[in-house]
Amino acid sequence: MRLLRIIPDGTTFRFVRFRRYSYPISAFMSLATIALLLWHGLNFGIDFKGGTLIEMQAKAGAPNTAHVREVADRLGFGEAEVQEFGNAGGISLRFALQPGGEAAQTLVVQKTRAAFQGEYDFPRVESVGPRVSGELVQTGTLGVVLSVVAVLIYLWFRFEMQLAVAAIIGTLHDIMLTMGFFVITRAEFNLTSIAAILTIVGYSLNETVVVFDRTRELMRRYKKMSTEELLDLSVNSTLSRTAMTATSAFLSILALVIFGGRAIEGFAAVMLFGVVVCTYSAVFISSPILIYLGLRDGVAIEADDESSAKAATRP
Amino acid sequence: MLRFSRWYVAFIIVLCVGAVLLALSNFLPRQTADALRLPRFVLGLDLQGGSHILLAVDTLALRKDRQEALRDDVRRVFTEQPRIGYTGLAIQNDAVQVRVRDVAQIETARTRLQQLTQPVNSALSFGNATRENELAEPEQGFFVLRMTEAGFVERVRLAVDQSIEIVRRRVDQLGTTEPSITRQGRDRILVQVPGLQDPQALKSLLGQTAKLTFRLVDTSVSPEQVAQGRPPPDSELLDAYNGDTGRAVVEKRVIVSGEDLIDAQPGFDQRTNEAIVSFRFNVNGSRRFAAVTQENVGRPFAIVLDNKVISAPVIREPILGGSGQISGSFTPKSANELSILLRAGALPAPLSIVEERTVGPGLGKDSIEAGKIATYVATIFVVCFMFITYGLFGLFANIALIVHVGMIFALLSLLSATLTLPGIAGIVLTIGTAVDSNVLIYERMREEAKSGNSLVSTLEAGFNRAFATIIDSNSTMAIAALILLFLGSGPVRGFAVVFLLGILTTVVTAVTMTRMMIALWYRMSRPKTLPF
Repeated sequence: MRLLRIIPDGTTFRFVRFRRYSYPISAFMSLATIALLLWHGLNFGIDFKGGTLIEMQAKAGAPNTAHVREVADRLGFGEAEVQEFGNAGGISLRFALQPGGEAAQTLVVQKTRAAFQGEYDFPRVESVGPRVSGELVQTGTLGVVLSVVAVLIYLWFRFEMQLAVAAIIGTLHDIMLTMGFFVITRAEFNLTSIAAILTIVGYSLNETVVVFDRTRELMRRYKKMSTEELLDLSVNSTLSRTAMTATSAFLSILALVIFGGRAIEGFAAVMLFGVVVCTYSAVFISSPILIYLGLRDGVAIEADDESSAKAATRP
Repeated sequence: MLRFSRWYVAFIIVLCVGAVLLALSNFLPRQTADALRLPRFVLGLDLQGGSHILLAVDTLALRKDRQEALRDDVRRVFTEQPRIGYTGLAIQNDAVQVRVRDVAQIETARTRLQQLTQPVNSALSFGNATRENELAEPEQGFFVLRMTEAGFVERVRLAVDQSIEIVRRRVDQLGTTEPSITRQGRDRILVQVPGLQDPQALKSLLGQTAKLTFRLVDTSVSPEQVAQGRPPPDSELLDAYNGDTGRAVVEKRVIVSGEDLIDAQPGFDQRTNEAIVSFRFNVNGSRRFAAVTQENVGRPFAIVLDNKVISAPVIREPILGGSGQISGSFTPKSANELSILLRAGALPAPLSIVEERTVGPGLGKDSIEAGKIATYVATIFVVCFMFITYGLFGLFANIALIVHVGMIFALLSLLSATLTLPGIAGIVLTIGTAVDSNVLIYERMREEAKSGNSLVSTLEAGFNRAFATIIDSNSTMAIAALILLFLGSGPVRGFAVVFLLGILTTVVTAVTMTRMMIALWYRMSRPKTLPF
């Protein structure tokens, strides 16, 4: 049986050179994301903005969107965002955070239920008060920052500082582009989005660390090799693994996007994007940075010692 | 490295089979599993449907309450015999202040005020009891009593504990299955009721403090007069509980409060056919109520719930039996609600609903269905992909993958963890990433094979060299997952749990199981080259 091989044996693509293109492209995309973030902002869900989300399901037939909008606007909670979803009579109502603290939000739920109880079921009702949404913003931001710092510390212990910094730059790049994905697609940014970003942080580092593990190993084996050659060799020799893992992760998440259902497809779509970006950045962003960070500086002597020690023990 | 003792092989097989069986036991019918006392994971509210309501204890109201109580305490200790003349007793800047008139009494006043700075609950917190109040004397004869921050934190803790108990009693009255009531953070209570579709009744039960008091009506002034001017110092103007008419000026002194109730039941008045709540006092309450009604025949008294007057009937005769009934334009529903509230007791401070999430059972079922399909499809994708890439070794990896998913479910069951919709996403995601360890090992083997080593050393080198990389790459993922676990809440936390368990089990299955399978294969067929 002839087996599939995504990456042909003996590939020697000069990845590091490609930075002439990848860096401007990534820099542009990152800057564009920042500009869009400032310009447009994220489409925050009620987790972070507070407010009420009510999903309704018509008991029979199709929902009467115009009627729902009219009734909802007359409830006196400001203009409701009304959207149809699915193809089985689903309709969602979204009210902004009401002034007047916690009790005011409870009233929104109560009145809306009362107004539509006759014709609709309520598969999902979510209401988040101002206090909780504020806290969720805090813990969400804290989570992302903390994970980056924690991983930086871990990498610093396990690798040389340069490698740790390069890995983190790659990860920040991935976080940035993921934010760009949120801004451009107008996908709702909520609690699961934070989970998606943290998962992407994990995955991004996973990809990078495998390449850097090899870089470190090769660095000790080939002491005379130029940094550029060394990095190209590291990326090439781990390339088939990178491709394999990216493909299997991509396939499983694709299943989630297609079949996972409405409640999870947003999360899955972000993850799918994340896998692509992380794979790209591990190869084209994190590794080439090491050229600028001076890979051999300061570690050469230490590396020498270790490799000679290893050479002595190996027959 | 390819040598495994018989016992070790047996151990791993038993472990894997056990894990898979335990995972499968979750799909047995509920009764069978319970009868066998099998541990099982719990479905999150987003999957089984139900209500999630996050309550916050109103700490501002609690602070105000404590300050007023402290002010009343100061008044009480100063009016004890011999009385101490004082002036300017007031709450100012979150503290109670008072000035002693007579210089000769300052020493006595200080001693009495010091009684009020005793620890909150010296009996409960052994040794390190927190002092609730601090006494200061900024100038001779002028005292300031301030609640300490530690004392207040302790009060909040007690209030949350008490509230949890009362919330539990109230929720139990709804007759729902397995409600869960837990403390969250410093001043929050999370109520989760599986299967509850419309939490309106629950919310209205939780939204009331239910502080019931019986007090005399102050007949010296009319509500209209008070509305324009000031009430007498020991009385206050209270709104009506139902509707706009029925405001009353009520004495601040409480005859009997809800704490003295031993029972409350909804019912109907025989004559008027009106919905009522009948109640019974304990001995203490009956005695006090009897005494007051004896002295005040002909005067009205007010039944006050949460500072609103339910009704203010006139005392026609002394009420000696310790039981009575409350009427006041109740519907049968509201009479039932009030009796539930009275039986459960009053909350120490008002609770507000800061977050509500309700999922209908239909949506939950759909999510489970979708999650299942996504899991199957992802498994098929990955299994096929691994097989067409690595052939026999891909098959080994696939067996490890199936055991890996089984182990996640087994661990979820052992921990009685909650499986949420994001948790299902986590399982699908780990299906994609679990084979990563195998890929690392196999790719390493392929490289080793190219350098012309024998097959045995190729296999061994593949495992040994890939191992450090596997640990590094999984550790970074684990760090991100751990942070998510600590900071996330509800469904997101469910994702973090699954993701973390997935990382742990993949190291076990991909490294140990695959190695064992490859070792057995090598021993049995003695191949000369890698099969991929």
